[in-house]
Amino acid sequence: MISSAVTLQLPALQVALPLISAPLGLLLRRHRLVWALAVVVCWMSLAISWLLLQQVLAEGTISYAMGGWAAPWGIEYRIDAVNAYVALIVTGIASVVVPYARRSVEQEIDEGRITYFYVLLLLCFTGLLGMTVTGDAFNLFVFLEISSLSTYALISLGRDRRALTAAFQYLIMGTIGGTFVLIGVGFLYVVTGTLNMADLADRLPEVTQLRTLHTAFAFLVVGIGLKLAMFPLHLWLPNAYAYAPNAATIFVAATSTKVAVYALLRYIGSVFGPVISYEDVPFGEIAIILAVIGLLSCSFVAIFQSNVKRMLAYSSVAQIGYILMGIGLASKTGLMASLLHLFNHALMKAGLFMAVGCMFYRIGSVRLDDLRGIGHSMPWTFAAFVLGGLSLIGVPLTVGFVSKWYLVLAYLEQDLWPLAFVILFGSLLSVIYVWRVVEVAWFESPSPRAAEAREAPLAMLVPTWILLLANVFFGVQTELTVGVAGLAAQILTEGLR
Amino acid sequence: MWMSELPPFVIFFVAALLALAARGWLRAVMMLATPIVGGLHLWFGIPVGTLLSVPLLEFELVLVRADRLSLLFGYMFHIAALIAMIFALHVRERTQTVAGLLYAGSALGAVFAGDLITLFIFWELLAITSVFLIWARKTERAMRAGQRYLIIQVTSGVLLLAGALVHYHKNDSLAFDYIGLEGISGTLIFIAFGIKCAFPFLHNWLTDAYPEATPTGTVFLSAFTTKVAVYSLARGFPGTDILVYIGAAMTCFPIFYAVIENDLRRVLAYSMINQIGFMVCGVGIGTALALNGAVSHAFNDVIFKGLLFMSMGAVLYRTGEIRGSHLGGLYKTMPKTAILCIVGASSISAFPLFSGFVSKSMVMTAMIEEGYDYLWLMLLFASAGVFHHAGIKIPYFAFFAHDSGIRTQEAPRNMLIAMSLAAVLCIFIGSQPQYLYGLLPWEVDYWPYDTTHVLAQLQLLFFSALAFVWLNKAGLYPPELPSVNIDAEWLYRRLLPAGLRTTERGLMPAWQGFNAALSRQVNALTDFLLRHHGPSGTMARTWPTGSMALWVAVLLAVMVLVYYI
Repeated sequence: MISSAVTLQLPALQVALPLISAPLGLLLRRHRLVWALAVVVCWMSLAISWLLLQQVLAEGTISYAMGGWAAPWGIEYRIDAVNAYVALIVTGIASVVVPYARRSVEQEIDEGRITYFYVLLLLCFTGLLGMTVTGDAFNLFVFLEISSLSTYALISLGRDRRALTAAFQYLIMGTIGGTFVLIGVGFLYVVTGTLNMADLADRLPEVTQLRTLHTAFAFLVVGIGLKLAMFPLHLWLPNAYAYAPNAATIFVAATSTKVAVYALLRYIGSVFGPVISYEDVPFGEIAIILAVIGLLSCSFVAIFQSNVKRMLAYSSVAQIGYILMGIGLASKTGLMASLLHLFNHALMKAGLFMAVGCMFYRIGSVRLDDLRGIGHSMPWTFAAFVLGGLSLIGVPLTVGFVSKWYLVLAYLEQDLWPLAFVILFGSLLSVIYVWRVVEVAWFESPSPRAAEAREAPLAMLVPTWILLLANVFFGVQTELTVGVAGLAAQILTEGLR
Repeated sequence: MWMSELPPFVIFFVAALLALAARGWLRAVMMLATPIVGGLHLWFGIPVGTLLSVPLLEFELVLVRADRLSLLFGYMFHIAALIAMIFALHVRERTQTVAGLLYAGSALGAVFAGDLITLFIFWELLAITSVFLIWARKTERAMRAGQRYLIIQVTSGVLLLAGALVHYHKNDSLAFDYIGLEGISGTLIFIAFGIKCAFPFLHNWLTDAYPEATPTGTVFLSAFTTKVAVYSLARGFPGTDILVYIGAAMTCFPIFYAVIENDLRRVLAYSMINQIGFMVCGVGIGTALALNGAVSHAFNDVIFKGLLFMSMGAVLYRTGEIRGSHLGGLYKTMPKTAILCIVGASSISAFPLFSGFVSKSMVMTAMIEEGYDYLWLMLLFASAGVFHHAGIKIPYFAFFAHDSGIRTQEAPRNMLIAMSLAAVLCIFIGSQPQYLYGLLPWEVDYWPYDTTHVLAQLQLLFFSALAFVWLNKAGLYPPELPSVNIDAEWLYRRLLPAGLRTTERGLMPAWQGFNAALSRQVNALTDFLLRHHGPSGTMARTWPTGSMALWVAVLLAVMVLVYYI
């Protein structure tokens, strides 16, 4: 059976396919061809991750020995409901963003560099998928570096000269983060003598008294925290998002932090296990405190921003606050809310950045001043932005409502009333910053640039609307997301009380 | 085969979608057909006890819960929608038609909602769809008023959602039945309803925004939002004692504002709060008679207040002027509108044989029966006030008074038809109340036209006469009301405000002190936020890479330290 032979190789293909296509893209040279290749690869990856998820749901965890080397010695790809779900997010977003990217990139990046853009995007895609499917602690670090290095380069392709400093700062911070992760993994290796995650999970409970273990935990949390922009480690993020090419911003904002959150979840939920993470060390409390401060502080900053991309970037940090609030709670509902918000935030933020990208395509600016009256000249684009904004606020029938609902429920379960109100207050703050844009774009007389603008091209508008309709679809039809997130949360909280 | 599974709001929403595309007579036919088809569907297709739910997350959203209470409001909204649609038939603007249909549909969705989440969804839709009726006026004032309106309405929805969440956590149920004031959830939901119901101090959105809407928009607005709130109170908080006091306050305080207000549509907006006060009182008393009185008064109010708003809308439409001081003498050119307006004015003043009488007297009787003597007196005073500011002032200033010299023409035919329809209903319900009583949710044996109730009405008239005499003696009132001339008008608009201003001056220092303290606090907070979170604030600046790295080290150190402990 050919099909079963292919099915067996799916975990490897998930990573190998984009990895091989990246250098292939370099050989193709013509950027239209590379784009077409990237689209095909993304769609195939989406199909693969969908098949993997179905397989996991039907048969349970998949273990794949890379190169035939059996687990603790060789590299193992280990796929359960948690990472199958995250892989679906990454591939799903990529499948919509890459088709969208063509027009946007042709306008924003020099002709000669467009090929590199897609190659870097594929590499970044490879890195993120690798981080997701691997079951090996060191391998995760390697893929983290692949995705990070390609992201630095992607950001530096931005037309704004500030993109260079933003990329440089991210390079420094990202490298520190990567090093911390490596140090953490090193410590774990020292105390257990293994790098395989499942193996680590077996051996770590025997050495819980060792300070090395706690130090490793701290290094890993801070290192991954840098990648996922945990407050106050988020400082690299606003500029990186604001000045990168729009297509890169969309992709990175919707996937990169999500995969970093996954890595964190994997370490605390599977490798260290919830018992060590929540009961031996006070990770939960620290995460909640940082999350709440970050949520409020960054929402306030977003309210005062005049650059819409930067505003959305701060809003992303605030939204990561919600995710961390769910993780810090150490309960199944909390983790489920976080996992849901991973998916939902990817949908809403990608949709919003895409709408902003459409506006940038027509008027070449995303400053609030220039967006005056744009709602009249680009009604469809702006309607998309409003829909995304509603989802961000958490209006019922959008995905934003679903995850906030579960998050609030999780907090009410533990009788943490004040924090439940913080979540609702955060929603109110997002009403304010979304409203500022709506007010400017709909109620003010058009700026000179907006007056001349036409509706965005269909090649960009259609992917944007696909994502925003997905916001509504998954806000109503929650079977898939809630089901898988529930299952994943179950896996990650095993052994907890 | 009639599709009884169809929730009533769907018809309106589908029609709104179609109205986006249709134009000309096709759209006119659709505007009229929607409430008629919807009404027939409701009357024949949805019997008492219908339940229809769809799943969302782990809940069942109950889209249709039909009992006698929700059905009565359903019928009422269809009638109101039909009248408003006829009145707005001449409007060529697509936004208003679509917004009107969506708005009416949202109101239907809200009254048939059987759980708090569905209620919340339609609650917010009411706000979002109706604001376009205000913005459609396209003046700067309307834009600003609409924004304030939207913010307040959305806040009400957020409070409702918060309350619903807490309610769900506590009772493990989202069903929208009796809620009661217990606990934080009850209070949150109560305030949410209170905002939409224009409780005192929460009422400003109404008098701020309604007079700024388009002539046709205000007719829509007057029918739905506040009535949905009254319905919700009747459903969630019947018999809550504090409502009686809130309602009594609502009947009285707007009278003073209505008397000194010049914009006639704003006078009506104040008088609307006054009428809702009677309904809130009825809900608060909570006996079968009082609740029947409250909902039947809501029913009548939709029609007669709609009629008054329509007549003022027609005046505004024809003359472009709505200030009482600039109108007058219009009976010469708009005699039919004038007569129809007087019918509405008689109804709101509760003249026997007009609709206001048959419902208001129920609330008043229930009040006496339950022993609220002083509040009953307040309501009597309020009735007299209504008679004065809505019954006399509105028609008098617009159509009679001094001749303003405005020569215009009679209102357009569609407006006249709409107003006549409302006027006929006012008189029909007033003289044949048994048909309305037959629809009421609770079994009650009540008949307004017997000796005691006529006596009560005589007392009301006597009391208002007494009030005139007293005001006269105190020198606060013009000697003869029907012959108010420009000199006497001065008393209204100069002396009374001057009196108010004197009182205000007395209270000023305390108020100013409080205000200053409050604004100092608010300023300090804003300054703090701006300093740290503003565009160049600490939190928003681009940091030097070294400082970023320092923070990483600090966080690592803190974590290691905490984990060691």
